[in-house]
Amino acid sequence: MHVERFIGQRSEPVVNAVEKEAVRKFAEAIADPNPLYVDEKAARMSRYDGLIAPPTFPRIFDYGEVEGIGSPGQGFIHGEHRIRYERPLFVGEEVRCYAEVKDYYEKEGREGVLGFLISERVGETSEGERIFAMLDTAVLTPGMREKLGL
Amino acid sequence: MSGEKPAWRVGDELDERTLPPVTRSQLVRYAEASGDHNPIHTSVRAAEEAGLSGVIAHGMLTAAAMGLPFSPYLEHGYVKELKVRFSGMVYLGDEISVGGNATGAVETAEGRLYDFEVRARKGEDVVASGTASFVVFE
Repeated sequence: MHVERFIGQRSEPVVNAVEKEAVRKFAEAIADPNPLYVDEKAARMSRYDGLIAPPTFPRIFDYGEVEGIGSPGQGFIHGEHRIRYERPLFVGEEVRCYAEVKDYYEKEGREGVLGFLISERVGETSEGERIFAMLDTAVLTPGMREKLGL
Repeated sequence: MSGEKPAWRVGDELDERTLPPVTRSQLVRYAEASGDHNPIHTSVRAAEEAGLSGVIAHGMLTAAAMGLPFSPYLEHGYVKELKVRFSGMVYLGDEISVGGNATGAVETAEGRLYDFEVRARKGEDVVASGTASFVVFE
């Protein structure tokens, strides 16, 4: 199996809801119970006119699976993460999410050849307007590459 | 929440926060809340089988912590971008400090966009570093 052939492959989009309870649980787990994340009344009085989600929340969404590779990068060592927003993410909205394999390359490391899998995860409105995009680099150790037959 | 609308100058430091030591129950809670059930974050055996010397915290939990210094200003703006490179492991019991400093600002259609260098460190060891942008609405 050559990972290169997955470059450019995209998952079927999955619609995710930004659920109030999920945001509350997440905010508590990251020890950031900001009223704008958890207190509906306070959030209503803010400029957002409702609850918003923490910056790293979109990681919890289902982005669908890329055929042959599943959820790209999941379960590997996380090397880098980037998220960029077009606007804040609101509780109660629906987000259409998909993943795309962007790149794969290998580099000689101290303990053998390491693989680097770059994947993008995008969240957009049902009208196709982008809300955020994440770019993740997963690192595949020689052991993982062997296990996957790379 | 602080009521003040923030304005940073280049070089200004964000208030550094030192978080309580990482606990097992915190990682279980984050695994449940995030849906990341990779056992290296909750099972000693799985961590050791993966060649680690013990259970490690989720990278994305460290990334989330790196967003904490912006939380007091959310009434006035939001995190536009967060870019994190994970460079060290965070083990159970580790005490992480998160902070950063302003590196620039530009006017955008949404408001003034501030750039920061951000980092998470364990004592003197940097475990994650990167950049963040925060837009303050007009």
